[in-house]
Amino acid sequence: MTRTGPSSGPTDPEDGNTQETAFTALLEDSAEDLYDNAPCGYLSTLLDGQIAKVNSTLLRWLGYTRDQLVGHRRFADLLTVGGKLYHETHFAPLLRMQGEIGGVALELRAADGTRLPVLVTSTLKTGTDGEPLLIRTTLFDARDRRAYERELLRASQEADLERERLQRLVATLQRSLLPPVLLDVPGMEVAAHYHPASPDQLGGDFYDLFPLGDGRWGVFLGDVCGKGPDAAAVTSLARYTLRAAAVYAPDPLAVLRNLNAVLYQEYKGDDPRYCTVIFGLLTPDGDGFSATLASGGHPAALLLRADGTACYQPTPGGLLAGIVPDAPFTATTLRLAPGDTLLLYTDGLTEARTGGATGDRYGEEDLHAFATGLAPTTASAAVAAVTDLLTTLGDGVDDDTAVIALSVPRARR
Amino acid sequence: MDVSNRNNVFVTGKSDGPVVMLAHGFGCDQNMWRLVVPALAERFRVVLFDHVGAGKSDPSAWQAERYSELDGYADDVLRICRELDLRQVVFVGHSVSAMIGVLAAIREPERFAKLVLLTPSPCYVDDDGYRGGFSKADIDELLESLESNYLGWSAAMAPVIMGNPDRPELGEELTNSFCRTDPAMARVFARTTFLSDSRADLAKVTVPTLVIECASDVIAPREVGAFVHAQIPGSQLVTLDAVGHCPQLSAPEITTRAIASFAGASR
Repeated sequence: MTRTGPSSGPTDPEDGNTQETAFTALLEDSAEDLYDNAPCGYLSTLLDGQIAKVNSTLLRWLGYTRDQLVGHRRFADLLTVGGKLYHETHFAPLLRMQGEIGGVALELRAADGTRLPVLVTSTLKTGTDGEPLLIRTTLFDARDRRAYERELLRASQEADLERERLQRLVATLQRSLLPPVLLDVPGMEVAAHYHPASPDQLGGDFYDLFPLGDGRWGVFLGDVCGKGPDAAAVTSLARYTLRAAAVYAPDPLAVLRNLNAVLYQEYKGDDPRYCTVIFGLLTPDGDGFSATLASGGHPAALLLRADGTACYQPTPGGLLAGIVPDAPFTATTLRLAPGDTLLLYTDGLTEARTGGATGDRYGEEDLHAFATGLAPTTASAAVAAVTDLLTTLGDGVDDDTAVIALSVPRARR
Repeated sequence: MDVSNRNNVFVTGKSDGPVVMLAHGFGCDQNMWRLVVPALAERFRVVLFDHVGAGKSDPSAWQAERYSELDGYADDVLRICRELDLRQVVFVGHSVSAMIGVLAAIREPERFAKLVLLTPSPCYVDDDGYRGGFSKADIDELLESLESNYLGWSAAMAPVIMGNPDRPELGEELTNSFCRTDPAMARVFARTTFLSDSRADLAKVTVPTLVIECASDVIAPREVGAFVHAQIPGSQLVTLDAVGHCPQLSAPEITTRAIASFAGASR
């Protein structure tokens, strides 16, 4: 019956009669017929699964007669073996506990052995005292839907694989931007740790430690703005520039000026790229080392002394490298005596969130207190402690974090 | 990490009673025991927990490699016993947890007073001269069943996985409020459960053992119950007049009676 215009409706005598006739015909459709020939399968079973009642639709789907099923088979007998296991371990327990379970995908085995994917919903009918009496089940033909779900599942599995592939690629690339192992520095213990914020994305932190040929060593640690492949390209350029510049003229201020010139030249224009960096020149000095540190906008290094104190080694006034043509950098010189540990780190540590919703950050004061608690220490113990700290901060660490520690062992007696 | 949080340990019942530890099987969590706990709690100190990967266990404790062996789960059972300083434990393991209990009792027999193996099977797959009831292909089909319910499960698990405190209504929308499992973890547990073979371990059990089977159980048929009984020296066998693999739900009274009379009897 179709309605053709605004005039048609229940008030229209002719149309009203037609509608009434249709309703009457529907009312004569018995509940029994509705049950038997419903567009879905109906099944009533005893609590142990014995089939007590089944509609014609389901019998037609399965190719069984009513006598073959009622009183002779259990619901689980109609399932494939895998479906039986699923029924016993998931479906039946949940139904008993919740009184209902819906939308479960199972496969029926028809009399001729063919399989019919269905979506099954069951409810537990209880008596007035709440005791379960029987189980009512409806089954919907799910052939098309199952094909669609299989396609979704395949797509989701493919996406999982792609993500794994991406993570492997990121991990490999990240490793290529860091030294695979730290070299042994005579008279010094060294340790480093890199904590990526996300396995899906390349980070912009970097460090390296390398000999300069005359007993002196260069060390640097920095943080490129941004993340991802673009940041990685800058990281790579910064790392090789720092190493090459140090061989040519190891004065830390000169090294940073060279880096600034290269980054500025490469990325001037509308896509500026810059980094914060700290560069150290380590020179053997009696029973310890002399360390000259120059920094461009990088968090100050921490010196954890043999006497149990810890203090920042600021280099105020230094600017980010790569942002202006003649960026100023400043340097400081300190002595690493036996029992002293120098800690370089990136701001992933000091900017880690600690307060949840309040937005508190870990901060320099917390780090200073932490370092004081550690001192005196060694490079490996300091890096292990910071690694534990990062684990404790957990999700609060939302940026990459790199740390490198250098310590002069105490003289053996 | 604290083992009690990791395994969502829940202790109830008579605080000075003998310890009865209930271990759930594959497919659900400690809710499986809800119909037998009230009666047991009158006489015993009842210890419930969720295996890692199931129920409200800590998802961050999941390690696919560790939980690809029943030994990983047995190790967790022993850790819980140590942390709670449980002694003279009557360990009741349902389904795959029966074998987890067997492994734990072999490793530290002094920890356990008795073992109750509820619908156990040491090996689900048929082997030369042994009938476990299933072929390798059947088990693959089960894994496929798990896969085809993967989407529904993910939807049910999403709020649990995401732990989104801003949207508690997500939790309320769940159809299945019990037995939530992460699909990836369930896959591993399914493989571990149905492809393990612990037949050779049965003879090594030295603690008094009760085997409880059902008169009709598709997953652990009666010949398997008889096998377990024959292999464990001095074990007792009780056959419940019950259908299905989970008598603690389908026939809680007789299941409770069987557990309690064995657990409460003096050695």
